[in-house]
Amino acid sequence: MDRLVQAALVVVGVPAITAGYLVLAERALGLLPYSRRPAVRPWLWLGPGLVLLLVFLVYPSLNTLYLSFLDASSSRPVGFANFVFVFTDGTMLVALRNNVLWVVIFTALTVAFGLLIALLADRVPYESAAKAVVFLPMGISFVAAGVIWRFMYDFRPLGFPQTGTLNALLMTLIPNFQPQAWLIDNVPWNNVALIAAAAWVWTGFCMVVLSAALKGVPTELLEAARVDGASELQVLRHVIVPMIGSTIAVVTTTMIIFALKAFDIVYVMTNGNFETEVIANRMYKEMFNVRDFGRASAIAVVLLAAIVPIMLFNIRRFRQQEEIR
Amino acid sequence: MAEVARQRPRSAAASLGPFPVRVQSAPVHVAVIVIALLWMMPTIGLLVSSFRPPAMVGQTGWWTAFQPPFAFTLQNYERVLTANNMGQSFVNSLFVAIPSTVIPILIAAFAAYAFAWMDFPGRNALFLVVVGLLVVPLQMTLIPVLRVFTALGLTGTFLGIWLAHAGYGLPLAIYLLRNFFGGLPREMFEAAYIDGASPLVVFFRLVLPTSVPGLAALGIFQFLWVWNDLLIALVYLGGSPSVAPMTVTVSNLVNSLGQNWQLLTAAAFVSMVLPLIVFFSLQQYFVRGLLAGSVKG
Repeated sequence: MDRLVQAALVVVGVPAITAGYLVLAERALGLLPYSRRPAVRPWLWLGPGLVLLLVFLVYPSLNTLYLSFLDASSSRPVGFANFVFVFTDGTMLVALRNNVLWVVIFTALTVAFGLLIALLADRVPYESAAKAVVFLPMGISFVAAGVIWRFMYDFRPLGFPQTGTLNALLMTLIPNFQPQAWLIDNVPWNNVALIAAAAWVWTGFCMVVLSAALKGVPTELLEAARVDGASELQVLRHVIVPMIGSTIAVVTTTMIIFALKAFDIVYVMTNGNFETEVIANRMYKEMFNVRDFGRASAIAVVLLAAIVPIMLFNIRRFRQQEEIR
Repeated sequence: MAEVARQRPRSAAASLGPFPVRVQSAPVHVAVIVIALLWMMPTIGLLVSSFRPPAMVGQTGWWTAFQPPFAFTLQNYERVLTANNMGQSFVNSLFVAIPSTVIPILIAAFAAYAFAWMDFPGRNALFLVVVGLLVVPLQMTLIPVLRVFTALGLTGTFLGIWLAHAGYGLPLAIYLLRNFFGGLPREMFEAAYIDGASPLVVFFRLVLPTSVPGLAALGIFQFLWVWNDLLIALVYLGGSPSVAPMTVTVSNLVNSLGQNWQLLTAAAFVSMVLPLIVFFSLQQYFVRGLLAGSVKG
């Protein structure tokens, strides 16, 4: 009962307080002379947003940069020691290698499958149903997706009935197939098993965005190419891909950022064991298990450094768009 | 997905080949259907397993459920909902997700309106900073924010995680809403101001109601993001049962139950129910939100 009251307060109270801020701000503005108001008003409206951005993104990022040059308890400067650790420690190197695998394979899988499904679905009358099925995993948390895929990859020794879908399927299709412990054996390829699970979730995102871009390619252009005798593959390569190039670029950068930050699925499925560590999970461990804030910060800084080029690309693209507008 | 699936007239040129269109397109149909089946299989496997008796889940594959003896049960759901703290987690997830969706959207709407329709020095530079913040990895912010939270006693509290989610959700929210508000017709504002409306009235009576599609898209995006988040909840809320949301509880179950699949399957499904309902009922808004150009940090 207590909880219900609390819930009601939260559902009604939180929006009321947030909206109430603006009402109060405008009241306060009324105290100023009329001519001064337009100069002050924007800052009152921006205020809460700017404060939150400063407190949760700008200040912490700068602080983390500073902490990365201090020792485990942030009391003594250690120069570049934490960064030396990031690039020399054995498990860190494994994590870095795996993130490269994530960036390359995850991005390739999601963008390629997303484009392929968008192209194929465009040609069938039940397009929206097919796309909804592929898009569905976007509504599932990575934790649930991790459970789902541990179930897919489940392994029983030869001679026992397989309970994992993948092993059972491959044993039916391929004679003499040996069941595999997908998440444990075949380092570094067990990473691909994790990546495939993440790609299953995010392909829907790529598909939806690319599909919308495909609809924007003028039909006359496609027909002209086909009448001139271009094969479907040539149409794809020389007409469609150049036309939707900027969208492919946006989707690709989004996927690269995601791959660099991959955390949940690794945390749930292997927790970085069997050489499947990734930098984000390693950072979490340094932070909460080892309690070495210097190293954890250095890992975060390396992550940000990898993303900075994409940030600059984003800002440039945004500027170009604004010029067109 | 009706919004995206505007049908183009089918190309006449596709029928130029030696075969009739229907035969030519057969491989396409097969490919689409096979892909759709493959994509559904993992989820269906989990769903079927969650209704199987505990003893059988670990022994035989889920597909054998469709052969005799057709044993299905609700036992797994009963056990998960009563014994494993899932009911409490469900409520916690709502407690986390609803304010964490409302706060950033309202605050972003204030800021986006200022960016779109007010003049002030540094407007463009400030907005470029917001675009840059879109991709800052959350990991960059965890340690300092955690320290501030610890000092203020905000760790393990709902207020702390609301503010954190609000902060992290703002760049995307401001970016999307500024584009949305910027697209509203100037005449609408002029007419309202000539009639003597105050900025407050214009914002709450005119801007917000006309922007419902944009607000809805963003709302769904933020809600799903918060509901499905694990990292932020782990770091700022911790695993204490009184505050742990579904993602944290389920991931704890993964570690503690290990091979107790049947409970895990039911737990995972309970955590998926609400987001999937939100997702399917409001899918077209969600898709529109993605298409507005989303890159979230």
